[in-house]
Amino acid sequence: MALDDRFHNRDFKVVGNRVTRPDGIDKVTGRARFGADMTAPGMLIAKVLRSPHAHARINGIDTSKAEALPGVKAVVTYADFASAHAPDDDNLVNCMAKDKALYDGHAVAAVAAISTAVARKALKLIEVDYEVLPHVTDVDEAMKPDAPVLHEDAQDESVPAGTPKNVVRRYEFGHGDVDAGFAQADKVIERSFRTEAAHQGYIEPHACLASYGSDGRADLWCCTQGQYAVRAMCAGMLGMQASDLRVTASEIGGGFGGKTTVFIEPVALALSRKAGKPVKLVMERSEVFRASGPTASTSIDCKIGMTKDGRITAGRAELRYQGGAFPGSPVEFGAMSGFAPYDLENVQAIGWDVVTNRPKQAAYRAPGAPMAAYAVESVIDELCQELGLDPLEVRIRNCAHEGTLSPYGVTYPKIGLEETLKAVQSHPNWTAPLGPNQGRGVACGFWFNFGGNTCVSLNIDEDGTVSLSTGNPDIGGSRASMSQMCAEELGIPYDRVRCSIADTSLLGYNDVTDGSRVTFAVGLATIKAAQDAIKKMCGRAAAIWGIPEDAVEWEDGCAKPAGPNAGEHPPMSLAEIAAVSSQTGGPIAGHYECNADGAGVSFATHLVDVEIDPETGFTKVLRYLVAQDAGKAVNPDYVEGQFQGGAVQGIGWSLNEEYIYGEDGRLQNAGFLDYRIPVASDLPMIDTVIVEVPNPGHPYGVRGVGETSIVPPLAAISNAVSHAIGKRMTQIPMSPPRIVEALEG
Amino acid sequence: MVRVKIWGSLRTATGGAEEVEVEARTIRDMLNALAEAHPGLAPQIDRGVSVSVDGAIYRDSWLTPVEGAKEVVLLPRLAGG
Amino acid sequence: MSQIHVTTKINGDETEFLCGPEETLLDVLRDHLGMTGTKEGCGTGDCGACSVTVDGRLVCSCLMLGAEAEGHEIGTIEGVAKGDELHPVQKKFLDHAALQCGICTPGFLVAAKALLDRTLEPTEEEVRYWLAGNLCRCTGYDKIVRAVMDTAAELRGA
Repeated sequence: MALDDRFHNRDFKVVGNRVTRPDGIDKVTGRARFGADMTAPGMLIAKVLRSPHAHARINGIDTSKAEALPGVKAVVTYADFASAHAPDDDNLVNCMAKDKALYDGHAVAAVAAISTAVARKALKLIEVDYEVLPHVTDVDEAMKPDAPVLHEDAQDESVPAGTPKNVVRRYEFGHGDVDAGFAQADKVIERSFRTEAAHQGYIEPHACLASYGSDGRADLWCCTQGQYAVRAMCAGMLGMQASDLRVTASEIGGGFGGKTTVFIEPVALALSRKAGKPVKLVMERSEVFRASGPTASTSIDCKIGMTKDGRITAGRAELRYQGGAFPGSPVEFGAMSGFAPYDLENVQAIGWDVVTNRPKQAAYRAPGAPMAAYAVESVIDELCQELGLDPLEVRIRNCAHEGTLSPYGVTYPKIGLEETLKAVQSHPNWTAPLGPNQGRGVACGFWFNFGGNTCVSLNIDEDGTVSLSTGNPDIGGSRASMSQMCAEELGIPYDRVRCSIADTSLLGYNDVTDGSRVTFAVGLATIKAAQDAIKKMCGRAAAIWGIPEDAVEWEDGCAKPAGPNAGEHPPMSLAEIAAVSSQTGGPIAGHYECNADGAGVSFATHLVDVEIDPETGFTKVLRYLVAQDAGKAVNPDYVEGQFQGGAVQGIGWSLNEEYIYGEDGRLQNAGFLDYRIPVASDLPMIDTVIVEVPNPGHPYGVRGVGETSIVPPLAAISNAVSHAIGKRMTQIPMSPPRIVEALEG
Repeated sequence: MVRVKIWGSLRTATGGAEEVEVEARTIRDMLNALAEAHPGLAPQIDRGVSVSVDGAIYRDSWLTPVEGAKEVVLLPRLAGG
Repeated sequence: MSQIHVTTKINGDETEFLCGPEETLLDVLRDHLGMTGTKEGCGTGDCGACSVTVDGRLVCSCLMLGAEAEGHEIGTIEGVAKGDELHPVQKKFLDHAALQCGICTPGFLVAAKALLDRTLEPTEEEVRYWLAGNLCRCTGYDKIVRAVMDTAAELRGA
């Protein structure tokens, strides 16, 4: 049995089926337990005091009155995290302000009390001595020499000397000579774009229950995309040994990247340590908006040259992303990915990471890529329009293939971009007639995908069923796809496998559920853990038959003698081997641990038709099509779901969603009423085409699918709106007032 | 010897060179050799990088061989949502 | 603060509870009665995750005080299935993969059942507008709408 992780074509029996998810009944009956659904005896309720100022020095915090309030059991501030072990890292300072409040909503203190009412009352008794400082929330303003400075020393060596201090990192990618490329073009267009910050908008607010014992050991229950990362971060901030902190991931009510870090978990642990009791801490929705990660807002200049016959001769982009109050906006991914769908001789992308008085950005589905794709795909669309060319044909002409040198320096292996373009071209939506005030837009998108640390354990139970343990929270049906891959490899029915998500004490470190990595990397580890178990089962059969191990092969869920000297033995099924495992050497398990590589890059093409109401500026989405390369769709239902969900998040970002700051630097729309995500009545059905160009780096050909689907919509919809109104739109979101302004302008 | 492609903003550390050659068997050797030969690369390598070897992207994978690879590219540390 | 004694019927069962005058019906269900199937997504009536029925009418339980439940019949997600037997709309949500993370699912199911209790012939547009008070961030609503339409078709024997 070769442990080979390269793709081999095969006839799948379980993979590719639309199976029902194993957690389905729990999810439709209310039995599933999410972050806020857990309680503990003697539990206290915690609340967080947050800065009302966008930027203020904290000269002192007096918690004595709050501590004296009956029913208050603990109050913590930054000082409670200071220990010899605690790294003074940005995540900690973001969870609890140190010497400055850096944004409206920045946590400055927290209280644990016997009830919500007492905790709320106690917050009002905490006296914070703020010295209000000038603030800046706009990316371009923050880059000016006279802008208020957030950090004196956050700039790294990549930034040229003399650059204003809020500019903290610079990235540059590309190859060729863009000026020479522009000289070859028949038409060059340069445009400036802006995108506003969008929130991940998961419906479940951050929630946790911490229980810190007097022995220095703690349990933490929380909704997260990665229990191991939570353990690492919290243990560091609290000066704990990792093994003394057991983190259990609850069912997770959406994350989209926003739950890849910590906000309240270390605070609840610190309160529990101080109070000596379990502490539950749940964010209110306004806190989610004010103090958990939105994505970056951006300002982008993009210049592209094209010949009359539609060949792109050069592309250049300069991207400025503000990622809130700390370094780390995803501008490098924007700079790497914007031109990634195209085979370009001359390309250059420069990215600037900028800090402002806004909440620290958190990853959001293909972080940084949608904004860059918006700029690039908008300019390509305008060039096609000006030169009278078909935007789909131009993309097919210029698209990247196997062997194309990407703008970030890597030569692509087998990819499926052209297949997605052709799928759109042959779809009926491409030729559907358009009426007045209607427009059609197309755009491509790219995301890297990756693998990462993965640890899987699989037990062959004595009755012939299989218990599979993985370490990544199931955010969208992954237990089903893991069970499918496990059943496929073992050759048993899907319903014989039960997949559970392990807590941090049970498996080795698993990277967070991000980078579209789970179906790829955990799937790979599951297949290999199954192969490990198969090897052991073949060994048991060989021992029973008294033949060499290599004279046994595994086929259709059974060990069979193979080869000339194996002799005649009836096949033994997995269940038969399991039933005698006690008599043949004990329990049988398979394991696999790796830092997975070989994740295949992913491409999509989206096509959208819109209709604009010229009176109100309202945009109605008439048709929407997603064509994306999934490598191999393990569970097509949930692959379509990822395509549709990502597209609709992009629709919301394009048309409505934005962080709106007042002159005072305060967030003005910290609720779902004013931060309007799409609702059912805003949308049509979202059509999908699953393209399957197998990823050579996975035994079943799987590519990650979760993120790419949010990359094209900003541009696709902007292109459609621009055609519908006859004016080029250059700012996201295209909310009704902005469209009215464009129509009147 | 392995040829390593360096992204644009790091080329100030390599005297403008888009590719540099170092003696290395594995990714770890390569990163150490890069930091030694071009000290300006060290802060970024310390903060974290990914490395693409013949199209497969690795994070923190010290032991992966780079000897004989056709294409080795230094990349910012990849993350996702 | 003095507690209010409330007598109500929840999913058909006579239920008594004590609650503070400021506590919502959602607080009572989740924190006093242990019925955590009803979710809190916003606390301001904008997301529908806390949808319940009160005398058959769909309401956000975060917008109603616990004390206001006195004398009324409350229906929650825990009462949608009859014992082991799922309601057809619950089955269709599973068949159509109409959920990803599942946090909004209880609210959608309560809302969808309230629609189907009124009509078995909703148009797609009616389904979309009826469910417009329930936010889902994962699915883009496509499979949810299909699941509800398909349930209606099955229930009317189409």
